[in-house]
Amino acid sequence: MEFWAHWLWLIPFPPLAAAGALALTSRRRRRRAAVLAVGAMGASAALAFGAFASAAAHWGERAAVGFPWLQFGSRAFYLGWVLDPLSAAMTLMVAVVGLAIFIYSLGYMAEDENFVRFFCFLSLFAAAMLGLVIANSLLLLFICWELVGLTSYLLIGFWYQRPAAAAAAKKAFITTRVGDLGFLLGLVWLANESGSLLFYNGGRGCLEPQTVALLGARGAGIGGLSAAAAIGLLLFCGAVGKSGQLPLHVWLPDAMEGPTPVSALIHAATMVAAGVFLMARVYPLFGSEGASLVPHAMVWVGALTALCGALIAVAQTDIKRILAYSTISQLGYMFLGLGAGGVAVGMFHLTTHAFFKALLFLGAGSVIHACHGEQDIRRMGGVGRFAKVTFAAYAVGAMALAGVPVLFAGFWSKDAILHAAHHWRPSSLPFWLGVSGAVLTAFYMTRQLAYVFFGTYRGEGEPHESPPVMTRPLVFLALMAVFLGFVGTPALDAFGGFLSGERPRFELGALWEGGALQTMGLSTLAVALGFGLGWLLYGGARAAALGAMDPLERLWPGGYRALQNRLYVDEFYGVTVIWAQEAFSKLCAWMDEWIWGGLVAAWSAAAVAFAWLSRLIEEYAINAGFDAGCGGLRRGGRRAASFQDGKLQHYLRGIGVGFAVLALFLLWGR
Amino acid sequence: MSILAWTIYVSFLGALTVLLLPARGARAPHWAALGTTLLSLGMALAGAAAYSGGGHPTTIVRLDWIKPLGVQYHLAADGVSALLVVLTGIASVAGVLFSWNVEMRAREYFAFYLALLGGVYGVFLSFDLFLLFVFYEMAIVPKYFLIAIWGSTRREYAAMKLVLYSFVGSAAALVGLVAVHVQAAALLGRPTMDLELLSRLDFPVGFQVWAFPLMFVGFGVLAGLWPLHSWAPTGHVAAPTAASMLLAGVVMKLGAYGALRAGAALFPEGLQAWASWAAALGVIGILYGALVALAQRDFKFVIGFSSVSHMGFVILGLATWNVIGLSGAVVQMFSHGVLAGLLFAVVGRMVYDRTHTRDLDELEPMRLRKALPFAAGTFVVAGMASMGLPGFSGFVAELSILRGAWRAAPWAAVGAGIGIVLGAAYLLRVWHKAFYSDGGDAEGGLDAASALPPITWPEKAGAALLAAASLAVGLYPRIVFDLVTPSVKVILGQGGAL
Repeated sequence: MEFWAHWLWLIPFPPLAAAGALALTSRRRRRRAAVLAVGAMGASAALAFGAFASAAAHWGERAAVGFPWLQFGSRAFYLGWVLDPLSAAMTLMVAVVGLAIFIYSLGYMAEDENFVRFFCFLSLFAAAMLGLVIANSLLLLFICWELVGLTSYLLIGFWYQRPAAAAAAKKAFITTRVGDLGFLLGLVWLANESGSLLFYNGGRGCLEPQTVALLGARGAGIGGLSAAAAIGLLLFCGAVGKSGQLPLHVWLPDAMEGPTPVSALIHAATMVAAGVFLMARVYPLFGSEGASLVPHAMVWVGALTALCGALIAVAQTDIKRILAYSTISQLGYMFLGLGAGGVAVGMFHLTTHAFFKALLFLGAGSVIHACHGEQDIRRMGGVGRFAKVTFAAYAVGAMALAGVPVLFAGFWSKDAILHAAHHWRPSSLPFWLGVSGAVLTAFYMTRQLAYVFFGTYRGEGEPHESPPVMTRPLVFLALMAVFLGFVGTPALDAFGGFLSGERPRFELGALWEGGALQTMGLSTLAVALGFGLGWLLYGGARAAALGAMDPLERLWPGGYRALQNRLYVDEFYGVTVIWAQEAFSKLCAWMDEWIWGGLVAAWSAAAVAFAWLSRLIEEYAINAGFDAGCGGLRRGGRRAASFQDGKLQHYLRGIGVGFAVLALFLLWGR
Repeated sequence: MSILAWTIYVSFLGALTVLLLPARGARAPHWAALGTTLLSLGMALAGAAAYSGGGHPTTIVRLDWIKPLGVQYHLAADGVSALLVVLTGIASVAGVLFSWNVEMRAREYFAFYLALLGGVYGVFLSFDLFLLFVFYEMAIVPKYFLIAIWGSTRREYAAMKLVLYSFVGSAAALVGLVAVHVQAAALLGRPTMDLELLSRLDFPVGFQVWAFPLMFVGFGVLAGLWPLHSWAPTGHVAAPTAASMLLAGVVMKLGAYGALRAGAALFPEGLQAWASWAAALGVIGILYGALVALAQRDFKFVIGFSSVSHMGFVILGLATWNVIGLSGAVVQMFSHGVLAGLLFAVVGRMVYDRTHTRDLDELEPMRLRKALPFAAGTFVVAGMASMGLPGFSGFVAELSILRGAWRAAPWAAVGAGIGIVLGAAYLLRVWHKAFYSDGGDAEGGLDAASALPPITWPEKAGAALLAAASLAVGLYPRIVFDLVTPSVKVILGQGGAL
């Protein structure tokens, strides 16, 4: 265990090295790039498996590493990594899903001229994401968090020639950075209060009981909050931004402008779940009495997002945007589970969701491939007949997402969340929000399936099945979407036991205890209701072609249009936040030009005026006086000079006069 | 260690040599300037590596100069000076590389350039307040000529504005300097201008409270202290590329360095009295600079205002007056020096010298990413570093400043944090507009852009040097923090015995 923890950095290293090598590789060396990237990811996956096996062998233990990165005498910023059940599970998930998506991308991006650059960015992403999950320091986590944000930006804008892609990339980066501001301030605050950003450090880490108790007891100075609660809320801001929760969810649907493997890896399976992971990682911080506000916030934000995301997904027509809103909704469920039921509940859904949502996105990519780049579901239809593997895999993913009972992973993980929400003391509303979301989930997936795979083909050309390099990852992920659920059933909660360190026991009786069966029944009912309604409206050939009205639109035009326009949140931000920022910028620019510039102009005008005044005084007062004095002197001189004219008679006359005057003076004076 | 002082002499000698070069040999002045700056950089690195004063200033040379006034020719260095000398070395080499296309009166150009550098090195190494002030004024004069002769947009106006602002600031600082001299003579019984000695004196609090703002604002003018910043953007825009690089990269640091050495370090209690004001000015500068940058149409003005924003972090770091915040401020000086240089190099040399426009609306249809991929890539790297992404120097500097600010005044950290978000916004905006736009319908722009001359080797070398410096600090920040932090502790009066 110690050995694995010590060498844990080797897991993100291969993709990082691959990214570096690919950055220097010529764009024509596509085969080499493919081998490098996939090989590196494979190495990471193998190492992650080793680390996971080690963590499983030392059930419930933890090994951490930390070292100073930046030192200010006694204070320092530390980095480090930790091997514990949470990081082991998450690392394995990221590496395995990542590997599947890397392989799939070989086929999906085969025609792209920037194939090498794509794998360079994707490898960099994988490295940063793996670094994020092994971090033992909030600072390292933040560093990787920013790097995954950067690679997300680069990959959303991968086809930057499309204005929509460039705009979406910018929007994603800036919106998540608004959340990151909270994260950064929380980090700085935590560093200030606890003196350490290491999570685990032999009793002195910021997640260890001593510090947690200290932070829970200390006041934050704002509205009676404890420091732990305030820091937790700030960190939650970062998570809200990254995980597309209300009110910062607006970037995620636009992010679908990126290539589909990117949507699958970054905007469905891993990066967007980083917010959930962050809150799971720092969950011990909320263990004290004073910090219970943070889980409450997670429950409410999560439940509302779960419902709103599902609602909006109902009225979208882009195959990827439907899935994007579904991701927003599912991330809401994760936060709901995290807040109401703790780390294991939220993380279990995160893990199963990663597999089935990656499956759905890759399936959607395969469909888009089949329909020659078409993304509008109104131009599809009947694709199931042409692409059988894709259809089967997609159907598995859809059923897992909807939570079809017993056989599919999504059922077990979502059920655990609903179960936790049901037992949440403060309010029963989140539970009902979650159940309504479950109905809607089944409904919009039915709608999508009906539009895409059933009925007649409404697009151009003939759809075709994707190559095996793309369908094989689909099959693998589909298998995971089925079997992964069985590690976290109430009867045998291996996943929860792994995270909490307890040995799981097989108890069939647990299925009947504590209302578990009721929740299961209710969620089964919700799924059935959603499927039924969906099939009633869209089943058979009732899906509408482009230009015709959607069946739901016919039933309820106003509501449908509001949902289609994403509840006008983007427009609302346009007239508030963005308007204010632009107005403020213009105001400052105006000030700079006219007030500060004007001040300078006024100063220089005053200086010039003073100079002129000085000149006038100089010229007409001082200088004129000087000139006058000089003139007088000169005239006096000239007159004096006229005496000395060289005529002897004049001199003699002068001597005579002088002599006479002297004689008179002497005579008279006596 | 004493080799650091030679940076001053070599620069001035280089300036003379360049002037005396024969008129033949079109590239001779360039090579001479490159040789001089490279030599200075080498000496700066060697000197910084040899520094072992444990944070205390180490005297290099001390001669009596004006004995009745106690003025000495006293050069010394501590970690802060050493780092800034290294920064000057790096920025100056890059500046020469980005001046490779200067043809008009090249000898005079490089003579002014090297004379400016001599003054800058002198400021960073002076430990006599009077000497510091002399070098400080010496640096201003060549700047005027560089802008007024080789500049572009409204160059006379900009050069004039810059010099007037500098002199107003200097006038305030000069008053402060005389006051210090009189007060110190009264306290010690003999006149002195020795900075080390002065910083150990306990000036009366009442005196500190009025003398501190004179020094802080007087030198702060050159650091782009809001609202006295308005010389900076116009000056940066009008200056030729290398002068913008030095102006933003190094000369603004002179102001910050002066405010630290002659302001805050001499009058810590004066700073305490004004700390909230100073922090507020820093935060306003950060936000205001970023907001104005968002609303600019001129590419170079965006970078000019971003300098105001980034220097706001330095001011804020000074105002925190704790080890982390102040170390962050010094590292931010280094980081901004390198990154502003890189950004101005892309805008002024790589783009403007080729396209002859800086109007973002005109650049948009040119699809410069296709025409100038190296420029686009460099700008992306510089932009990422500038917006504080981890892995680059800006992140560690701003993180430390925020950390220090949180201890001193949490509201300031919040304001500065918002500035970081805005920083991403304006950089992405120009990034998209100038390089990554779809080009719209204007096909003409593409044709015009396809005829652009390719990026030359000096540009590539200069960009690599600056980017590597930022990356090195970002990945292994101890190479600078281990130099700076002990000295910062001494400045703060927390250092142990020598």
